[in-house]
Amino acid sequence: MKVAKRTFDAVIVGAGGAGLRAALQLSEAGMKTAVLTKVFPTRSHTVAAQGGVAASLGNSTEDNWHWHMYDTVKGSDWLGDQDAIEFMVKKANEVVVELEHYGMPFDRTDNGKIYQRPFGGHSQNYGQTPVSRSCAAADRTGHAMLHALYQRNVRANTQFFVEWMAMDLIRNADGDVLGVTAMEMETGEVSIFHAKATIFATGGAGRIYYSSTNAFINTGDGVGMAARAGIPLEDMEFWQFHPTGVAGAGVLITEGVRGEGGILRNASGERFMERYAPNLKDLASRDVVSRAMTTEINEGRGCGSGKDHVLLDITHLSPETINKRLPGIREISIQFAGVDPIKAPIPVVPTCHYQMGGIPTNYKGQVVVPKDGSPNVPIPGFYAAGECACASVHGANRLGTNSLLDLLVFGKAAGETVVSDFQSGQLTLKPLPDDAADVSLARIARLESQTGGEDVHEVRLEMQRTMQKHAGVFRFADIMKEGVTKIMEVAERAKRTQIKDKSKVWNTARTEALELDNLIEVAKATMVSAEARKESRGAHVRDDAIDCAETPNGRDDANWLKHTLWYSEGNRLDYKPVTLQPMSADVEPIALAKRTY
Amino acid sequence: MSSKRTVQFKIYRYDPDKDDKPYMQDISVELEESDKKLLDALVRLKAKDDTLSFRRSCREGVCGSDAMNINGKNGLACLTSMDEIAQPVTIRPLPGLPVIRDVIVDMTQFFKQYHSIKPYLINNDPAPERERLQSPEDREELNGLYECILCACCSTSCPSFWWNPDKFVGPAGLLAAYRFLADTRDQATSERLDNLEDPYRLFRCHSIMNCVDVCPKSLNPTKAIGKIKDMMLRRAV
Repeated sequence: MKVAKRTFDAVIVGAGGAGLRAALQLSEAGMKTAVLTKVFPTRSHTVAAQGGVAASLGNSTEDNWHWHMYDTVKGSDWLGDQDAIEFMVKKANEVVVELEHYGMPFDRTDNGKIYQRPFGGHSQNYGQTPVSRSCAAADRTGHAMLHALYQRNVRANTQFFVEWMAMDLIRNADGDVLGVTAMEMETGEVSIFHAKATIFATGGAGRIYYSSTNAFINTGDGVGMAARAGIPLEDMEFWQFHPTGVAGAGVLITEGVRGEGGILRNASGERFMERYAPNLKDLASRDVVSRAMTTEINEGRGCGSGKDHVLLDITHLSPETINKRLPGIREISIQFAGVDPIKAPIPVVPTCHYQMGGIPTNYKGQVVVPKDGSPNVPIPGFYAAGECACASVHGANRLGTNSLLDLLVFGKAAGETVVSDFQSGQLTLKPLPDDAADVSLARIARLESQTGGEDVHEVRLEMQRTMQKHAGVFRFADIMKEGVTKIMEVAERAKRTQIKDKSKVWNTARTEALELDNLIEVAKATMVSAEARKESRGAHVRDDAIDCAETPNGRDDANWLKHTLWYSEGNRLDYKPVTLQPMSADVEPIALAKRTY
Repeated sequence: MSSKRTVQFKIYRYDPDKDDKPYMQDISVELEESDKKLLDALVRLKAKDDTLSFRRSCREGVCGSDAMNINGKNGLACLTSMDEIAQPVTIRPLPGLPVIRDVIVDMTQFFKQYHSIKPYLINNDPAPERERLQSPEDREELNGLYECILCACCSTSCPSFWWNPDKFVGPAGLLAAYRFLADTRDQATSERLDNLEDPYRLFRCHSIMNCVDVCPKSLNPTKAIGKIKDMMLRRAV
C-alpha cells in the first residue's frame, strides 16, 4: 500500500473540547496545524456534558480559587498533583470568561452575569456549605461549549481532517514523537502526518465497561496508541461511576439535577444520602454517592421489581424550573426512562462515566515519563490534554464540572506550550524512520487476511462484561485477581479479530476492530493497576482495605500515596510520587485528612 | 409484549467498492428486550452483518451523527422508538446528498452552507476582563436556536435545498444565522443581513415547513427564517 506523507508544524488528534481549545492557540499563532478527528468536531463526546464548567467567579455565592483547590484535592482523595490543581483552579475564571467572549450562550443571572449552580463536592469555606460554582448553559453546557469552540475555530481557519482515524504514534530511536499515521475513513487510505509537535486530545475509554454513559466513539484511541508506543499509563485503576445513569439505558442524567435540588430516594422513599454524607447529602462527591447507591441496592432497598435501581426525584421542583434549567434532562427521561420527571422520579444507577487516569502529563500539557531516575521527563514533541491525559488534577476521583474545566485549561496550556516551543525554535522536524507506517500497515493487512478469527463484537462484549464484573464500584481482591487472568485472555483473542467487510470505503467494521485494539490496552491497564493497588482511595474501593486511624476509609498513605504507571510491554507496573507541593507560594499544601462529606 | 421480537427491515445498501448500483436489502433481526431504539436495532443488525455502515456516536440525540431517512421521514435512529415504528422499517440515507456508502452521506455541501453564514460571534470591541453582560431576557432569545446539533435532518428534507444546495443556505444554516443575529453580544447584524440578501440564500425558503416537522430537537427553522426576513424588511424601509 502506498503511504502519502503530509507535513505540518503540529498535528492535533481529536476535536473535542481539549483538541479544539489547543487548536485555537496554534491557529491564532499562525502555525500550520492539522486537526485529525474520526467524527465531525461537534459530534465529539464533549457535546454530551450537561451540568456545567467549574470556575470560582462568585456570581451567585461568594467563592475563590483557594476553596476550589481544596475541594479538588479532597475530591481526588489526595492523589491529585497539587501543582497542576493550583494551575487549573487559578486559570478557571480566565478560560470560562474567554469562552463567553467566543459566544458561548451561558445562562444568566438577573444582573446579566454567567449563571452558576451548585455541584457535588464543591463547597464554600473548605467543605462547609455548597457553593454555586458550576457555570451552565441550561443542562446542555457541553453542547454549547463544543459548538462555541468549533465556531471559533471556523473563524480562525483551523484545518480539520474530518473522519480520519489516527492509528499509531510515530517515534524515532530516541523516543521522540514525530507524528501519527492515520486512515481516511472514506477511502481507507493510510497517511503519515509528520509534525514537529503532536498533541493528543482523544478523550476517554468509557466503552471498556458494559454499562457506560459514554458515546460509542469513546474507545481510548490516544491512550491505546501511547501504550502501544511504549508510554506508560497513569492511574488507570481510577474510573468514575456517575451516580445517575438512566437505569437500563446508561444515558447520563447530570448532577446538576441534584444541584437544582433533586433528591435520591430508596424503595421506602428515604433520602438515604443523609446517612452517608450528613453535610453535603446528595451533593457529596460522585464516588461517595455511587457507593451509597450501590449499598442501598445491595442491601435490598433498591426500587422497581428487580430492586436494582434508586430514584432521582425532582417532582418537588416547579415545572418552570425544570423547563428552564433542566430541559434536556426532561427530554432524556421521557425518551430513555419513559417518565416525565415533572410527574415522577427518574430510575437511576451508577454508570461508568470518566477515566481519571491516562497519558501522564505535567501542567504544561507535556507528556512526561520516568527516565534516568527522574519520574517526570518530557518526551520531545509529545503533548496531551483532556480526558486522555492525566495531569493529574482528578487523582482518584473527579469532581463534577472539573472535566470541562480540565479540557479548557489544559487544552489551552498544551497549545501555549507548543506555540512557545515552536516560536523559540525548540521544535524541529526530525527525520522519519523508514518503517514509520509499517505497524499500521501490518495491522490493516492482518485484518485483511485473518481467517478463522474472533468476532469483534463478541470480543468487545466479553471485555466489557469482564470489566463490569471485575472492576466495578466495589472491588474485591479475589475477583480482581480473577479479572486480570480473564482480561489477558480477552486480549489474546483481540489479537485474532476477523472482519467480513473488506471494502476500502467507510469500512466501519475495520474501524471497530482498530478501536478494540485501543480499548484492550485500557482494559488491561485498568485491571492490572486495580488489582495491584492494595488500598481504597477515591473511586477505587476494595473489600480488604480496613477503615481505621492509620488507614482512614481504607486509604493507606504510608504505602500507596503514589501514582501508578502501567507499561503495556511486559504488562509491568511502576510508581511515581504524588506532587503534594503547590505550584506557587500563594497557597499551603492541602494537608492529608480523612475524607467525609 | 414479549421480550424477544423479530423486526423486518428494508435497508438501502451501496458499497462503491463492490456494487454497480444501490439496492434495497430485505433483512430481519431478533431484538433483545434492551433494544429500545432504532439505533439499538441497527447495532444488533451490524453484529450479524458487519458490512452494514452507518454513523453513530452519543446514542442520546445530542451529537447528530445518526440522522437517516426512516420510513420516509428524516430522523435520528437513537431517538426513534422501536415500539412505535411500522414494519418493514425502511431505512434510506438522508435525501439530496451524495451517498458514500449505505446510509452514510457526503455532508460537505451541508457544512459549506453552515460555514457560509459565519457561524461565530463577531464583536470587535476589546475583550473586557470579565464576561460581557447579557440580561436573562436577551439570553432567552437564543433558546430554540443554539440547541441545533447539525444533524442535517432539516436541510435534507427541504425541497428548496434539494434543488439548490449550492445556492440556498438551507434551514440549518439559516437557523444558525439567526442565532447570531439574535445575540445581543454580536455586532455584525448588517454584515450578516448583507450576506443573505440574495434571491437564493435566504429567499428560497417557501415556508414548506418540512424542517420543523423533522427536527429531532423540536426547533423551528422556519420561524427563525421569518425573523431574518422581517429584519431585512425593517432595514429596507
